[in-house]
Amino acid sequence: MNAWNAMLSAISLPRGKLWLLAGYGAALAVLLTAPLYLSDFRLNILAKCLAFAIAALGLDLLWGYTGILSLGHGVFFGLGGYAMAMHLKLVASGDRLPDFMDWTGVTKLPWFWEPFRYAGFAILMGIVIPSVLALILGFFTFRNRIKGVYFTILTQALVIITVTLFVGQQKYTGGTNGLTGYAELFGVPLRNAGMKNALYFATVAALLAAFLLCRYLVKSRLGKVLRAIRDGENRVRFLGFDPSVYQMAAFAVSAGLAGLAGMLFVLHVGIISPSMMAIVPSVEMVLWVAIGGRGTLVGAVIGAIVINEAKSGLSESFPDIWTFFLGALFILVTVFLPGGLVGLFRQASQRFRRREPAHEHDAIDVSPVLREGNRSV
Amino acid sequence: MALWLTQLFNGLSVSSILLLIALGLAITFGLMRVINMAHGEFIMIGAYAAYLMQKIFQDSLPGSWFGAYFPLAIVFSFVLAFTIGYLLETTLIRFLYGRPLDSLLATWGVGLVLQQLARSIFGAPNVGVTSPSWLDGGLRVMTGVVFPYKRLFIIGLVILCLLAMYFYIYRSNPGRRMQAVMQNRDMAACLGISTRRVDSTTFAIGSGIAGIAGCALTLIGPIGPTIGTNYIIDAFMVVVLGGVGKLAGTLVGALGIGMLNMLFEWWTTASLGKVLVFLCIVAFLQWKPMGLFAVRSRSLD
Repeated sequence: MNAWNAMLSAISLPRGKLWLLAGYGAALAVLLTAPLYLSDFRLNILAKCLAFAIAALGLDLLWGYTGILSLGHGVFFGLGGYAMAMHLKLVASGDRLPDFMDWTGVTKLPWFWEPFRYAGFAILMGIVIPSVLALILGFFTFRNRIKGVYFTILTQALVIITVTLFVGQQKYTGGTNGLTGYAELFGVPLRNAGMKNALYFATVAALLAAFLLCRYLVKSRLGKVLRAIRDGENRVRFLGFDPSVYQMAAFAVSAGLAGLAGMLFVLHVGIISPSMMAIVPSVEMVLWVAIGGRGTLVGAVIGAIVINEAKSGLSESFPDIWTFFLGALFILVTVFLPGGLVGLFRQASQRFRRREPAHEHDAIDVSPVLREGNRSV
Repeated sequence: MALWLTQLFNGLSVSSILLLIALGLAITFGLMRVINMAHGEFIMIGAYAAYLMQKIFQDSLPGSWFGAYFPLAIVFSFVLAFTIGYLLETTLIRFLYGRPLDSLLATWGVGLVLQQLARSIFGAPNVGVTSPSWLDGGLRVMTGVVFPYKRLFIIGLVILCLLAMYFYIYRSNPGRRMQAVMQNRDMAACLGISTRRVDSTTFAIGSGIAGIAGCALTLIGPIGPTIGTNYIIDAFMVVVLGGVGKLAGTLVGALGIGMLNMLFEWWTTASLGKVLVFLCIVAFLQWKPMGLFAVRSRSLD
């Protein structure tokens, strides 16, 4: 009998992994074949959701794994978006100044616009600028052990000032209207059907790369330290680590991913404006992670896709209901479902498995997610 | 000189409103470690309460009584915000104690729902509130400098609220219980204080004060469903700057933020001013990470 149990548990772990791999494979297959069965409109929405999923991954790395809640990711997302949009705008304007500069009386292209003529530079900056900003902010906060809600409030203030700055500096940023009216990227028109598919696949590839990067980080020693910081920052400090370095690293990677997401978003949607990095979008990003399941990478991706598909369905027909729905979701998820969808799934499967011989290692898995957040002040 | 005086007065009047808003935030955060993101919506509730009161007086009471509506509106704003705050605490917040980030998200959701609710009831556009005629005009200090009575009234109202809070916190029995819970929750509970009741009352009082702030805002300009969001971040900054647990911290924080905002926006533009204030706050936190008046303790985490 004992031998039988041992054999069963020996098989069941690989079997679980096998199922997991099959699930990932199936999801990837669905994503890769999507252009075959989705209309252009639906494909565009899906591409947008996938871009959001990249931002959600970054946020999850920061919130789910390191226990730092940022309500300012809209800024990083927006900065990435603006970097790409500046390039697209310059290309679309050709030799002349971008149209909004004409209207606001700018006669010469500002120096910081100049290098954005090069696509490579713009793409690089779309990731570097958010990361560097995050590093700077992180340096001045984490090093002083400003954390928990204090940090969260500061990130929210960052959103406010960035939005006011972008709206106020209309000559350089396009003001409230933002940047729109793009023509082509790498010399290929953006309206081109082939280009749309190519951009879609690029987004899938970026999502996959971001997922693998986050997975690698989470599984590595760095990831262990991050989780340790989340569960007991002072203990980590007493063990001889400097938590602020790790927090800054997580914040910077997370901001870079948000920037990448912003760039892809601009390519799919064709506009970026300050309202897309305001408070509500920033907090919505947190909701994606919360719904999907913080502290699980796949949860963040699922959350972003599910919420945004739901949003595009609901908010187009009933914008009022969507706001109620959004608010209610926040309340329900934080009170009743701290583990998100993935947590729910795990609980269910655990209950299911309990009939079989118990696997103790499964029981440990859910709790860190559920316990998150209580040690951060 | 005249310009300086006017600007200083404006800064003071902005500070006083910030103070009223931040007072409730600082108390609830200091006591329960709960950040109430819906606090801005209590401002809105107070503002709409004043609007309703004004409407009742306009529509169904004799015109000569109209001037009397404002004192009543202040009371009504407080009571309404107090009640809703109490309900919110007993139905939602108390499940989130010990989870500050979660409470932040949940209350943000509450704020969103309340905003949308106001939009459905009163409509999305801003509504104007006619202020009573006895607040028109202003006090002439010197040539070119006029302090409007409305703003003077607001400052007076804030001072009154501050005094009332001072006596409540430091001189009354419920206030002493509140302080006890704030300093050591477990010990206070052991000594027979009902921490549950202290929590809900304090939360409700904080919300009520926000309601008064909303009522005061109707004197300054039109009000709308998102009126709270304009002030709430600054109010949070006051809490970060001033530290929690001391009334004096909130007072100094509010004055600091209000004056800095005024000065920078005067010297540069409105958008650059905000950036500079933010930079100042971050720089300040390098020096005192826990805010100006942190309650010292040896506890870790």
